[in-house]
Amino acid sequence: MQLPEAEDLLAVLTAQIRQGISSDTAVVGIHTGGVWLAERLHRGLQLALPLGALDVSFYRDDFGQIGLHPQIRPSDIPFKVEGSHIILVDDVLYTGRTIRAAINELFDYGRPASIRLAALIDRGGRELPIAAQYIGATLEVPPAKMLALEKKADGKLGLSLYDKHQGNE
Amino acid sequence: MTSTRAMSNNPQLNKNGQLQHLLTTEGLPASILLNILDTAEPFVGVTERDVKKVPLLRGKSIFNLFFEPSTRTRTTFEIAAKRLSADVINLNIAVSSQSKGETLLDTVNNLSAMHADMFVVRHAQSGAAHLIAQHVRPEIHVINAGDGRHAHPTQALLDMFTIRRCKRDFHNLRVAIVGDILHSRVARSQIHALTTLGVPEVRVIAPKTLLPAKVERLGVHVYHDMAKGLKDVDVLMMLRLQNERMLSARLPSTEEYFKYYGLTPEKLALAKPDAIVLHPGPMNRGVEIDSVVADGKQSVILPQVTFGIAVRMAVMSILAGS
Repeated sequence: MQLPEAEDLLAVLTAQIRQGISSDTAVVGIHTGGVWLAERLHRGLQLALPLGALDVSFYRDDFGQIGLHPQIRPSDIPFKVEGSHIILVDDVLYTGRTIRAAINELFDYGRPASIRLAALIDRGGRELPIAAQYIGATLEVPPAKMLALEKKADGKLGLSLYDKHQGNE
Repeated sequence: MTSTRAMSNNPQLNKNGQLQHLLTTEGLPASILLNILDTAEPFVGVTERDVKKVPLLRGKSIFNLFFEPSTRTRTTFEIAAKRLSADVINLNIAVSSQSKGETLLDTVNNLSAMHADMFVVRHAQSGAAHLIAQHVRPEIHVINAGDGRHAHPTQALLDMFTIRRCKRDFHNLRVAIVGDILHSRVARSQIHALTTLGVPEVRVIAPKTLLPAKVERLGVHVYHDMAKGLKDVDVLMMLRLQNERMLSARLPSTEEYFKYYGLTPEKLALAKPDAIVLHPGPMNRGVEIDSVVADGKQSVILPQVTFGIAVRMAVMSILAGS
């Protein structure tokens, strides 16, 4: 399967978001791929508010099925959420469950004025009424495959496809 | 590292090697201890927010079964459970059904019939939490919050968390545990955790009357003299002088104890200049620790209390998710 270049999609995403930002816009990445993207967006858009990062493990809806995820990183929201305009960033938008968890977590920091969603790839398959305002590309991915963002040795971002229960394709 | 066979025999682990109950730090592999410490890190951030609560254990019922009086430990477990959105029921059993003659397991059966998901147990008898863990249905989890002289694993884990936060790594530390080792479940749990996590030198410092027989077998170096025992130490773990556990007169007086084993600024100066001082609380000021040290720059006694909540949140979430 031919995958698009993540760096090209990031440029598309940055250009889209640039239209809609103001001095009180903040970006928040969802661990791990979303944080890499949010770092790049934050730099590219030269935002004044510091970068935020969320690990949504404590808000996930599959705790009852699979328990706690290993390697949870601390969430870090270093700006005042109350009244802020937040752009939530994730690498791959799929079922929408991660985004639901992230929105719930953000509200435990305060009441934002708005939240918009940016994703590098929208692979469809939504199980919740969630939509992204900014999308790098839409891509048909079979349900048995997992699409993930990776950070290469030179710091550049790339997309990879996995079989859900096996390794890299 | 513990072998697979040994792990499958450990009553604390389920058949997948996951933590099912937390009863003691003894026999737990380093990977499980480190997973608890790693999971506690993000919970520290949660407890610093305006909304100090996550929805992880929403709908779960956690029973605090305290057969022995305790304010601090019970409160920190209660706060931890509430910050995970669980429902907490506190039972002070020393003054309720036990005095009417109900047995320990009858009490547990009754509470299980009320759909308990987790029991936090404090009991004066060593092994009480083990007994309950062996008895309950597999979906119920048990945390030992202190049993007799045996174990107090969450206290040891919050101590390990505090040490790692201050010193970053366990592998180059010299740690001294000072005081009433004989009666202390905290000391036993600390020794097992420290040695499992790779601390190369664990010392115990106490008068002969407050040391268990053959304590060296736990892998510790024994000192009776503070001047020798505290030399070049990175971490001092003070113990409370357990007046209520002193069945016989093992000490001439508390004044005498303070003179030889109380941590004063002069004795602390024998340790490394950046040594930290821990105490599980409640402190007997002027008995095992001087107020100047307890409130001094090297004391991490209050951070221990704060971290204790994050560590207990981590233990509860790991158990509930296994």
